[in-house]
Amino acid sequence: MNHFIAIFKKQMKDTLKNKTVLIQFVMFPILTVIMNNAIKIEGMPKNFFVSMFAAMYVGMAPLTSISAIIAEEKEQNTLRVLLMSNVKPHEYLLGVGSYIWIACMLGASVMCAAGSYTLQESLAFLGIMAAGILTSLLLGAAIGTRSKNQMMAASVSVPVMMVFSFLPMLAMFNTGIAKLARFAYSQQVVLMLEQIDARSLKPDSVFIVGANILLFMMLFVLSYKKCGLD
Amino acid sequence: MNMETKNLKIKCAVAAQELSLSFGANQVLNKVSFEIPSGEIFGLLGPSGAGKTTLIKLLTGQLKPDEGQATLLGRDTRELRAAEHGQIGMMIDAFGLYDRLSVMSNLAFYADIYHVSRNKITGILKSIGLYEARNTAAAKLSKGMKSRLSLARALMNDAKILFLDEPTSGLDPVTTREIHGILKAQKEQGATIFLTTHNMYEAEALCDHVALLSRGHILEYGTPADVRRKYNHLNRLQITLKDGQKVSLENSSASALQVKEYLEQEAIEAIHSTEPTLETVFIELTGEKLE
Repeated sequence: MNHFIAIFKKQMKDTLKNKTVLIQFVMFPILTVIMNNAIKIEGMPKNFFVSMFAAMYVGMAPLTSISAIIAEEKEQNTLRVLLMSNVKPHEYLLGVGSYIWIACMLGASVMCAAGSYTLQESLAFLGIMAAGILTSLLLGAAIGTRSKNQMMAASVSVPVMMVFSFLPMLAMFNTGIAKLARFAYSQQVVLMLEQIDARSLKPDSVFIVGANILLFMMLFVLSYKKCGLD
Repeated sequence: MNMETKNLKIKCAVAAQELSLSFGANQVLNKVSFEIPSGEIFGLLGPSGAGKTTLIKLLTGQLKPDEGQATLLGRDTRELRAAEHGQIGMMIDAFGLYDRLSVMSNLAFYADIYHVSRNKITGILKSIGLYEARNTAAAKLSKGMKSRLSLARALMNDAKILFLDEPTSGLDPVTTREIHGILKAQKEQGATIFLTTHNMYEAEALCDHVALLSRGHILEYGTPADVRRKYNHLNRLQITLKDGQKVSLENSSASALQVKEYLEQEAIEAIHSTEPTLETVFIELTGEKLE
């Protein structure tokens, strides 16, 4: 537990000085607040910007930040020293993963506050975001574990992030893409957020997000078994 | 393993028996054997690519050997537990520092990891000459300062064994001497030090025992003086007289009278033996330079 806390605290200090990671945590929440308050078009769906940016946030921030952090630690050899210092790989992954999850959940809370949600809807919003962020984290951790350095990580995480972040938006304009997009967790996050009024989660959405989590968990385990953290 | 055997092994802080490791078709280590008694400084000398870093990884359990066995504090390195890892201090050639964090934050993180009091950091920083730079980000430190910070981190947990990979590589002579002083102090406090280097002067100045490693083989093992003596094929004394004349005498009692005569005449400018340096021995054995 002490190692977990130490890693969590270190990551917090480090992120405050790491602008490239920090901007990913704050960019979409700030954009949501600005757009939600600045643009009011008649007939626009309720919480339109919140849902759209929330999906982008889920697809972008956790995935790129965890892959960048793990790859940087590998590249700088800090992870090698850390693992030689009585720290277990799972303690490291939990420390960093929890930190990013919490940081993203804070961003999600700002987005939630920017929208017009009831208390019950807010809880559902945060629950959907929590699952989406976790899914992205697993995928990002798989990419980070598989990469030897930040450049390798970015060359994989950026296109993957673009696909998952922009798929929901592209799906709005193209039915063909929409059919394919429904298998992606980010699209399901948008669909669930849009239907949050109905106060019921569709079982197929829950199933698809669950399947995505399982798939990325398997991907992470395979990456870890092949490359480890060194 | 009976208790007597175990105690014997613990007297050897580190032991390697016929360690072999290959990466694919590339044999990195080939039947490497040595023992490091507790409280000694052991130097592993070899050029880049000789297998020094790989050997450290094997001894610290980061890699597993294909054949042979290594023990660290009496335990097989394949089965090292948190307790053994907690008694190791590591300094790697790439430093492994958190660049954005300050000197103090880098050490504070490891103080938390090792469960040691943060009060200890100030003492270490003062002893290692980094106290004034405590609030500087690691990225802004010079190479010598990074090296010292990396060493400070290795000292955080009062490690019984320090593994130092090229601790003074690329450093200026002043910083090198300061680091040597710190390592000698650690030895006096009972730490065992395993260092890799391609600097023969470092090995001769610091190490109780050295091993010469080339292409995964240990070519020679012993005290620096023993290794040099073993390859002193000429075994002669080279005397430079004050008038500039150079005299070569056999290093035996037969030369005693002649040397005595020069001494009585106060004619000697300098006197040397033909004992080779460790680098000369390495070149003789491999045809390669150490660096």
